[in-house]
Amino acid sequence: MTAPALLPYGVTPWTMTEVAAHVAADLPDGAHVNIGIGLPTLVPALLPPGREVVLHSENGMLGMGPPPEPGTADPELIDAGKNLVTLLPGGSYFSHAEAFAMIRGGHIDVSVMGAFQVSQNGDLANWSIPGDKAPAVGGAMDLAAGARRVVVITRHTASSGAPKLVAACTLPLTARGVVGRVYTDLATLDVLGGRFRVAAAAPGLTPAVLVKLTGGEVDWPDTQR
Amino acid sequence: MIDKRVATALEAVAGIHDGATVLVGGFGESGVPTVLLEALVQQGATDLTIVANNAGTAERGIAALLRAGRVRRMISSYPRSRGSVWFERRYAEGSIELEVVPQGTLTERIRAAGAGIPAFFTPTAVGTAMAEGKEMREFGGRPYLLEYALPGDVALIRARRADRWGNLTYHSVARNYAPTMAAAAALTIAETEEPVAELGGLGPEEIITPGIYVDRVVHTGAALAWDGEGPR
Repeated sequence: MTAPALLPYGVTPWTMTEVAAHVAADLPDGAHVNIGIGLPTLVPALLPPGREVVLHSENGMLGMGPPPEPGTADPELIDAGKNLVTLLPGGSYFSHAEAFAMIRGGHIDVSVMGAFQVSQNGDLANWSIPGDKAPAVGGAMDLAAGARRVVVITRHTASSGAPKLVAACTLPLTARGVVGRVYTDLATLDVLGGRFRVAAAAPGLTPAVLVKLTGGEVDWPDTQR
Repeated sequence: MIDKRVATALEAVAGIHDGATVLVGGFGESGVPTVLLEALVQQGATDLTIVANNAGTAERGIAALLRAGRVRRMISSYPRSRGSVWFERRYAEGSIELEVVPQGTLTERIRAAGAGIPAFFTPTAVGTAMAEGKEMREFGGRPYLLEYALPGDVALIRARRADRWGNLTYHSVARNYAPTMAAAAALTIAETEEPVAELGGLGPEEIITPGIYVDRVVHTGAALAWDGEGPR
């Protein structure tokens, strides 16, 4: 994936594959992780060697594996995005009701989600945009409310150039105050005390540029510059 | 003698009445009881409320009911999805009512109905537009929403194997909503991928849905249509 050109600002954005690798690097060994639809699906292939992470899919499986080799697919065996997948040794199947009991019950360590907007107090908007032909919500609200930690992978700005990290979401909310960390092509930012706090920055990014491209309040500790 | 086997899909859907609430198993195309849904189109019941994760793909499954104008109301988590052309058409023309429910709340409402729980509190959707008009209560300092059980008059599900008592096993994640819906409907009908087994043919530790929840089983052989590359 190519990142949008931000060269006028002298920044070299990370590619979204690089951003997904940042997410993968932070998933703890032994964690049970739900991977959302869209950019999050880049993450599993980028887990560091030897890192054992159990993938949960809300349609009823733990131990989800990569897409099948050509010609070996089981057409019933799909992930929550309806893509063909496999099951790893040790994996299990269960009902939808149990899959969501697992989520709400606090058994999922990390939910990796995409976003339309994230606010500086951790509100998440990722299910509805104006002009949708009909509403559809899926499991996003359950995951956002139930996972022990919610992290977001997203481009730093929308294709229009508008900030996606904002002071307050204007799009319909998925959940309030749930996002712990946002990984973008410009920076990795923690949501702390009602502000975004830079944990890592793309090459060439300066505080002035980051503030210009971010809608919410940003802290950039000296230790991260 | 208990014998829940019926010979054809049309016999299996006999008696489903106009205005019925029908719980339909499946997630995407995985586990959809396509043959029972086709039989229901043929059977003719109309003014139906359909409860399902999605709203059918292309011309198949729930899409066939929507195309035939048999659906009055959809209760669904993700009705707009890849290939949901008949849902989108009926929704745009205003001929169906739609209730969109977060997926975990939808499945738990069905579970509650089958378990004798009339309502429950959930953290999902608190602080969102979907909480509007719903009772909220705090437990341990955290807000929760009141949600009500969602029973069906009928459940249509697909299983991998069955026996004449109606015990069921499933094919990987095609299980999804089926065990929960089986318990939540007054009349539960299962189509099966494999021929109905003799009693004892399904091991007691293998059975996922005990026959107590199941009323009719019909062997349709219908696994998901598949051309080696992807679902057709």
